[in-house]
Amino acid sequence: MTVTDLVPYDDALAAYDPVMGLEVHVELGTKTKMFCGCSTELGADANSQTCPTCLGLPGSLPVVNAVGVESAVKIGLALHCEIAEWCRFARKNYFYPDMPKNFQTSQYDEPIAFDGYLDVQLEDGEVFRVEIERAHMEEDTGKSTHVGGATGRIHGASHSLLDYNRAGIPLIEIVTKPIEGAGERAPEVAKAYVAELRELIKALGVSEARMEMGQMRCDVNLSLRPKGRQEFGTRSETKNVNSLRSVERAARFEIQRHAAVLSSGGTIVQETRHFHEEDGSTTAGRIKDNAEDYRYFPEPDLVPVAPPREWVEELRSTLPELPRVRRNRLREEWGVSEHDMQSILNAGAIGPIVATIEAGADAAAARKWWMGELARNANETGRPLEGLPITPAQVARVAELVKGGDLNDKLARQVIEGVLAGEGDPDTVVEKRGLKVVSDEGALTTAVEEAIAGNPAIADKIRGGKVAAAGALVGAVMKATRGQADAARVKELILAQLGVEG
Amino acid sequence: MPGITREEVAHLARLARLELKAEELEHFAGQLDDILGAVARVSEVAGQDVPPTSHPLPMTNVMRADEVRPSLTPEQALSGAPAQEQQRFKVPQILGED
Amino acid sequence: MSDSIIKLTAAETAAKIASGELTAVEVTEAHLARIEAVDEKVHAFLHVDREGALAQARAVDAKRAAGEKLGPLAGVPLALKDIFTTEGIPTTVGSKILEGWIPPYDATVTKRLKDADVVILGKTNMDEFAMGSSTENSAYGPTGNPWDLTRIPGGSGGGSSAALAAFEAPLAIGTDTGGSIRQPAAVTGTVGVKPTYGGVSRYGMVAFSSSLDQGGPCARTVLDAALLHEAIAGHDPLDSTSIDAPVPPVVEAARNGSVAGMRVGVVKQFRGEGYQAGVVQRFDESVELLRKLGATVVELDCPSFDLALSAYYLIAPSECSSNLARFDAMRYGLRVGDDGTRSAEEVTAITREEGFGDEVKRRVILGTYALSSGYYDAYYGSAQKVRTLITRDFERAFEEVDVIVSPTTPTTAFPIGERADDPMAMYLADLCTIPTNLAGNAAMSLPCGLAPEDGLPVGLQIIAPAMKDDRLYKVGAAVEAAFVEQWGHPLLEEAPSL
Ligand SMILES: [Mg+2]
Ligand SMILES: [Zn+2]
Repeated sequence: MTVTDLVPYDDALAAYDPVMGLEVHVELGTKTKMFCGCSTELGADANSQTCPTCLGLPGSLPVVNAVGVESAVKIGLALHCEIAEWCRFARKNYFYPDMPKNFQTSQYDEPIAFDGYLDVQLEDGEVFRVEIERAHMEEDTGKSTHVGGATGRIHGASHSLLDYNRAGIPLIEIVTKPIEGAGERAPEVAKAYVAELRELIKALGVSEARMEMGQMRCDVNLSLRPKGRQEFGTRSETKNVNSLRSVERAARFEIQRHAAVLSSGGTIVQETRHFHEEDGSTTAGRIKDNAEDYRYFPEPDLVPVAPPREWVEELRSTLPELPRVRRNRLREEWGVSEHDMQSILNAGAIGPIVATIEAGADAAAARKWWMGELARNANETGRPLEGLPITPAQVARVAELVKGGDLNDKLARQVIEGVLAGEGDPDTVVEKRGLKVVSDEGALTTAVEEAIAGNPAIADKIRGGKVAAAGALVGAVMKATRGQADAARVKELILAQLGVEG
Repeated sequence: MPGITREEVAHLARLARLELKAEELEHFAGQLDDILGAVARVSEVAGQDVPPTSHPLPMTNVMRADEVRPSLTPEQALSGAPAQEQQRFKVPQILGED
Repeated sequence: MSDSIIKLTAAETAAKIASGELTAVEVTEAHLARIEAVDEKVHAFLHVDREGALAQARAVDAKRAAGEKLGPLAGVPLALKDIFTTEGIPTTVGSKILEGWIPPYDATVTKRLKDADVVILGKTNMDEFAMGSSTENSAYGPTGNPWDLTRIPGGSGGGSSAALAAFEAPLAIGTDTGGSIRQPAAVTGTVGVKPTYGGVSRYGMVAFSSSLDQGGPCARTVLDAALLHEAIAGHDPLDSTSIDAPVPPVVEAARNGSVAGMRVGVVKQFRGEGYQAGVVQRFDESVELLRKLGATVVELDCPSFDLALSAYYLIAPSECSSNLARFDAMRYGLRVGDDGTRSAEEVTAITREEGFGDEVKRRVILGTYALSSGYYDAYYGSAQKVRTLITRDFERAFEEVDVIVSPTTPTTAFPIGERADDPMAMYLADLCTIPTNLAGNAAMSLPCGLAPEDGLPVGLQIIAPAMKDDRLYKVGAAVEAAFVEQWGHPLLEEAPSL
């Protein structure tokens, strides 16, 4: 499958109507695993956080983590779902070496939460309702490293090494109903949905939902049907799409690919596909044939979960302000447009901005730095904003220095660059790099006089009324002061020296 | 009740990861047929209105506090491993995915 | 001397150790010597932990010397079914697939035995993964019935029952999924109890069929079984299906055996075709005895019991097909065919083919079938509905009676090899025991005499409602006392010497 086979996006949408289904797995931030007391702390030595239960040793048994259930109910409530009065875990049977018991303890036809929705706001402010089919509890698998292949990929590997520290970490799988009617905006809806869900999960405090760390993973199911048709087409399932941008790209790519296959008279194969970050393409994985028979049955080692109604109501009453509500409040407080707010959300900047404001900065400054310099850096280095080595307090300090006239924007950028480079906190960077605005009028006046003397022709032009020419002299002064002067003040001084009204 | 075929046994053996020999397929097909023939009547007697019992005792909501308990040491965890490398379980190449 | 030690009951042994008449080391050595002498013939043990047992015995003696109070079974030797994990001691579940596996953890039952200062002599033989009624399905060869070594000792816990009957240990632990404690007890003339499901922790007990499996005590007397029951039972937070309630007062009941004023049920479905005449005769005499002892006997009709065997042979294989999936050659146990060219998938399939015996494969395939899409409702789903019907039959019955009695098994011990390739015939051995597993209530088997036609032991089964395990002991102790008085000695005295 090469990119040249794709149908142009607009052509695809002219002929077909996309239907999407999104399955998101969220790793909960519990202290212990779903069915055993092993720690979930990241970064531990291989196989140091395992026990008979999560290794699937003979004789071991699971016991449900109460916080896992509570988190599932909270997520369900926040998604406006009904909470089951009685539900069971089920075993999903299939063999895979990263799964210690060769069945996943999951839920099947009795999910703990079902029939909800999540309203997502698109960049232009339009609100799109995504219906939620279900949210259920399950467990993660271990991690395999493939050895001997050229690229560390499974293909061509001679053997694999397994670390079961991740096996058994609680997951909540959230499945949407088929998303219809999004049309050309389907990829945007997909991205906005995942972004909104991530915000929601974080607001609930049940997970940090960091996609880049695999704490939140999305499978994109997509099918096309000819415009005007009711029945769904055959779908493909693009697995483990691990960033917001990728969710959008994967949906877009699959729309174009499906359209190419369908319009050339071909048929879509029901299969899983893998997304490639490098070029935004997907390639075929496993074909989902009938051999896939998970033989679900109620997990006999666990008793049913029957969340008492009073408890559910108690949890409902303690739900935090939901992200979209909060965002609308913040939007008004910050005085930004819907569109800007959406960009802030997509950049993952709401948290950092709020924290920066809490650390003393004003809203405009906090927004400016996180959405400007820092967003750029995050983009270039492929890190999330919250993963940058700078704290909201440090950003607030930079804003404070600017406000007090100690830094101008250009210097402030250098300070931020220094902090990101690990040179210390803002004051240290200012100190070490000597980055103070030159506010000594005497020194500035000397620099201005030198600039006028060195550029007599330009000075004459200015005297003759061409005030715009002052820019060149300002540049010269800034160069002489290594940028540490306040450009506006320099211009004032030049005009004053030359006796021209600004 | 349709008889269980050799092919069906082969399919089930694949699902159950059993590399059955040809004569075993034959042998089991016959035996499974007998057994299924004998047990199939459960479906005739069990009516729609009877709820299934998955757990013998009516218990619900058995949970544990989210508190860390000691894990095994990696040495203990790997003590039964047929092969290991870099403190990990070493397994033959994995097919199927990717 | 040593012969007199091995014939003692557990209660007597503990008392003699507590009083200083015997040391735990002497007792342990006597049993190790007995094992040495007879186990080559009986083959009750898969692994004898001589050093561990002696160390444990020495610890008990040291405790006593230090003036510490000893528990009611301190220093008493025990044979542990090889289905419970034992840290540092091999655990095979009678399967080649786990040959050489040394668990890094103790089952809760193992831990409680150690805490009670019981001396674990070793691990006993069993049908592979507890699937069978004869112990012929062990990957390590069959166990002989001490009454006649050419006959089966019952199964799956044939090693445990044979160890008791051969005086290799006064106590043993078994597990009962469809009768694997009671049927071996019946055919070896010993006592075996399947406690209420959830009464004894399943943590560390290698799962065969999770919703049916239950560990329990095996002994030569009802009181000994009660003492062991009390030592291993009780809530375990590591087992979600463990009952969080006090253990029924089993020891007290065993010390105060009585059936006076009790209503005893006889279920009409537990007799008829396939029941050996001598078994029926001994059972009828037992019912007569109960009447004489003051019980009222009530005839009961439990129509769904006729479907119990069918439901069982769908539910147990279904759960086992999933429980046994973990034996995949990746993390522990046997690995076959890893030649550097084969995939993990192939190595798993080859290993399972080599590592599992016929009966295990048969049930795994049957269970895979019963759970697969398109068949689930007709098979697994219907079987679970039958389970509900059986539970309702029991509920109705227990409105009328305090306990139900039946033969434990339709026939006495059959010859080794007789039913080996006839699964359906083999499955009939559990006809009377299975309903209890499906409903989750408690049951006991105890000897009620020898069948006249073959001189082999016959078992009487007593069934009680869930969490009324004490009733088994109350009735069992009364019946036992009456029979011993009638016979003039315990039944095992009539067993041939080995
Ligand atoms: Mg899932
Ligand atoms: Zn664990």
